[in-house]
Amino acid sequence: MKNILFFIRRYLSFLSFLVLQVISIVMLSNASKTHQSFFASAVNEVTGNINKRYSGFRDYFTLKETNRLLVEENNRLRNQLAGNFESPDIRKEKFIDTLLRDTLGRARKYTWLPAKVVGNSYTLQNNYVTIERGSNQGVTKGMAAISSQGIVGVVVETSPNFSKIMSLIHRNSKVSAMLKKDNSAGSLEWDGADPTYLILRNVTKGAKVAVGDSVVTSNYSANFPSRLMIGTVAGISSESSSNFYTLKIKTATNFFSLQYVYLIENVRYSEQVQLENSVPKN
Amino acid sequence: MSSLLKNIIRFILFILFQVYILNQVPPLHQFIVPYLYFLYILWLPFSMNRFWLLLVSFVFGLTLDYFTGTYGLHAAPCVLIAFIRPFLLNLLIPQDTTEQSYLEPGSKSMGWAPYALYAALLSFAHHFYLVLIEWLQFGNFVYFIGKVAGTTAISLLMILLAEMLFHRTGRARAKG
Repeated sequence: MKNILFFIRRYLSFLSFLVLQVISIVMLSNASKTHQSFFASAVNEVTGNINKRYSGFRDYFTLKETNRLLVEENNRLRNQLAGNFESPDIRKEKFIDTLLRDTLGRARKYTWLPAKVVGNSYTLQNNYVTIERGSNQGVTKGMAAISSQGIVGVVVETSPNFSKIMSLIHRNSKVSAMLKKDNSAGSLEWDGADPTYLILRNVTKGAKVAVGDSVVTSNYSANFPSRLMIGTVAGISSESSSNFYTLKIKTATNFFSLQYVYLIENVRYSEQVQLENSVPKN
Repeated sequence: MSSLLKNIIRFILFILFQVYILNQVPPLHQFIVPYLYFLYILWLPFSMNRFWLLLVSFVFGLTLDYFTGTYGLHAAPCVLIAFIRPFLLNLLIPQDTTEQSYLEPGSKSMGWAPYALYAALLSFAHHFYLVLIEWLQFGNFVYFIGKVAGTTAISLLMILLAEMLFHRTGRARAKG
């Protein structure tokens, strides 16, 4: 017994080393069990508290980065909002039916396509309407655009998913129009003054025109089907030196609040234009 | 300042430095993990009883373990180097003179070369044992020894920097 005590005394440091090592290894090997013990949870309370304070302090240094990440995330999430997704219109509303030629032998001339207006200007001299429907959805240059109230303009540019319509209130816009009452044709233009009034030139003085008469698209237009509403006569000026009236037309279309337009495709547009532009060979 | 109070403050500072600064360093290299906390054990006084040395080292390592959530992982290497420490000191320093006039190991009390050797050997022992019980196997031996060597090198660098940064006379007042 005395020898054992002596032995322990003599090798105290080595024995305590061994004991502490064994404790360490045992703790390491069943870390999860230790974790559940009361002592560990009490210590975790302390270290966790210190950790919390430290991370609260550290957070100040990463505010900028955190902000950036949040902005990025917000941006990413905003881009996923349903409102950002718009399927381009691919509906086709047919004039008669989908056949090129119906049973009575009449051939299709016009195809109608609806389109949503996504851009519209009316304060400039050259105004355009942008629509969300492009060449991928069957829009081609030269198609006519009308609203539910009256005609709007002519497609002048297309991209895969968007198109640009030259509005009637554009200095270069020229549409063939006629008086509904007696079919006297004229050329519809805009003088750049007031977006609610257009100018109809070259109406013969033989026409019986009165203020309030309707003006519709003529038979001579390659883009527009005939007899679509344009507006009403608001003023008549006749120059004694010429044989033509110059009429002031109040537009039927409200260019300030366009929401949807219909595009009208003339199936034989290119054929007609080509023929009209060809030089007659006699 | 009494030696006891000084060592208690060091205890806290070394733990906090290791947990909140060195452990926050992003991974530099697969071989390098910055460890400095065991410098506390290297700096414990000469006069300390071996048993207390082991016990303090065990508690110190365990405290770090409670922060990192690896119970016993750091305690075991700490106990190991606390056990080796007295033998190494006996080998490296002239016993009678230094221990009487200086409180604790350092470049002043031991000289730069023996102090560097002392720090290097204990760092190596610490990291070797730490990585070994961390993996519980040798695995790829080149990777193992590379990790131990890289970690030892970075620890040694920090120990020597600490030695230069902090002015520790370590001279025992009573013994002059």
